[in-house]
Amino acid sequence: MRTPLVLAVVVIAILVLPLVSPPYYVTLMLPFMAYGVILLGLNLLFGYTGLVSFGHALFIGIGAYTGAVLTTRLGVRHMELILPAAALAAAIVAAPVGALCVRYVKIYFGMLTLAFGMVFYTFLLKFYRLTGGDEGMRMLRPYLLGSEWAGFNKTAYLIGPYYYFSLAVLALATLLMWRIVASPFGLCLKTIRDNPLKAESLGVSVPRSRWYAFMISAVYAAVGGALLAPPTGNVDPTLAYWTHSGNVVFMVLLGGFSSFFGPLLGAFAFIFLQDTVMSVFPYWRLIFGAILAFIVIFAPGGLMGLFARRRGPVEVSRG
Amino acid sequence: MILEAQDLRKRYGAYVALDGVSLAVREGEFVSIIGPNGAGKSTLINLLTGVLPPSEGRVRFKGRDIGGIGPVALARLGMARSFQLVQIFPELTVLETLQAAVVSRLGRGANLFASLRRDRQVQSEALEVARLFGLADRAYSPARALPQGDKKLLDVASAFSLRPEIILLDEPTSGVSTADKHAVMEILVGAARQIGLKAIIQVEHDMDIVFAYSDRIIALHQGKVLADAAPAAIRADARVVDTVIGRRAPC
Repeated sequence: MRTPLVLAVVVIAILVLPLVSPPYYVTLMLPFMAYGVILLGLNLLFGYTGLVSFGHALFIGIGAYTGAVLTTRLGVRHMELILPAAALAAAIVAAPVGALCVRYVKIYFGMLTLAFGMVFYTFLLKFYRLTGGDEGMRMLRPYLLGSEWAGFNKTAYLIGPYYYFSLAVLALATLLMWRIVASPFGLCLKTIRDNPLKAESLGVSVPRSRWYAFMISAVYAAVGGALLAPPTGNVDPTLAYWTHSGNVVFMVLLGGFSSFFGPLLGAFAFIFLQDTVMSVFPYWRLIFGAILAFIVIFAPGGLMGLFARRRGPVEVSRG
Repeated sequence: MILEAQDLRKRYGAYVALDGVSLAVREGEFVSIIGPNGAGKSTLINLLTGVLPPSEGRVRFKGRDIGGIGPVALARLGMARSFQLVQIFPELTVLETLQAAVVSRLGRGANLFASLRRDRQVQSEALEVARLFGLADRAYSPARALPQGDKKLLDVASAFSLRPEIILLDEPTSGVSTADKHAVMEILVGAARQIGLKAIIQVEHDMDIVFAYSDRIIALHQGKVLADAAPAAIRADARVVDTVIGRRAPC
């Protein structure tokens, strides 16, 4: 396999990027790493369990707002505390929401997750005193490894300590997810994706496994959501809006949901494509709509599927 | 008595699908259930495997009432099943399919961080079943790429990986070419002996297969047991021959 080699090159490139690239492109890597974490989780649900959530922005929002509330209201500035708190908040919400949603599949699951997402969006929008309404809340610059990094201006902080901190979180999230999909539990999820009826007849508890997957993916979304906030310094309800849920599903499709690294490639391609297209053409959604249609019709395996096909006959079709 | 059904009735609204069926399966038996379309075979399977609760009557497996307990609990108790329409995991390999069953039997399905590849017991048990069913040289092919007969075998093999005490096969040779049917059955019966299965129940339309392998045959007709006897007696039963087997009975 050439995968380890490719991976090593990619990791080294990401490590040296802040030393060689203009700061602008380095800051673009920050949302990539945050979305990378989110998409790893989303794909456990989508690619490995066969459930398409259209409400994942709910958990991204929970993560981002946890960071904002902790830094601005409660004076907790340490990122090492913010991330576990975001994960915990997401798990608390995902437990009942997931227990309900996983009883349904296909479009019903999608619609139900969408509905919960919109409930949370409305909450953020209308409970002005708690959430700041449509203006949102500030997210103060978090401390990393116990330090305020006071000598760094905003850009220096983002392309320095925050960049490497995000990268470490992404690396950890990737390793953990790699273990999960290669575990007995991961195999059970794949059986459920392929054929729930048969999985049950083999004694796999389908609702319980789906529920676990839902909670894990919610925790990933919240951690990613908390990473998204510091670069912008602000959180607002659009983070939890359904179009944001749609964007993350789009990223997974773009990269390819049938491959472990596909979603990461999708996040990368989305961020840089969006940046490029927006700078030359104001109606970037028009272009992205066309790309989405193209992927669904001609390249259901996404970018990863295209690369894989060139290398060998790896089929990605799925019913 | 490993499996016992007493006076089973199943109604769907006004329609009575099963109307007082009693049967018993003992250790060491191979029992076939036959009957024309609409006789109630599918309903009977759904009751025997706890998919549906009976409207009246009881199903007991190892002395325990299993009415409507559902597939997961049934598998844990030691009864496995295969399906009429072949059920596989298209994207999983043969070995992964069998591993999934072993993982489930060992109760390791909620193990989030252990490495499946390093689980020696799961690996070796799955490979052993693959060998038993002649699927070892296709161990790494995805299930969707298998020929139809092998898909059918994989469906049954994964059920066997649960090491059940009893297995219920819903038309084990449907969709398999006539030439391959006996081969499939031979593999199946041989594997059953190896694994130490206590009983096999099959629903089957192919009378060649039914008469070749059964210790006992239960004929259903219009929701009732028409006959329950050894193959020779079934063959001599004019009513069964008329309604179930048809005039061109094998001799």
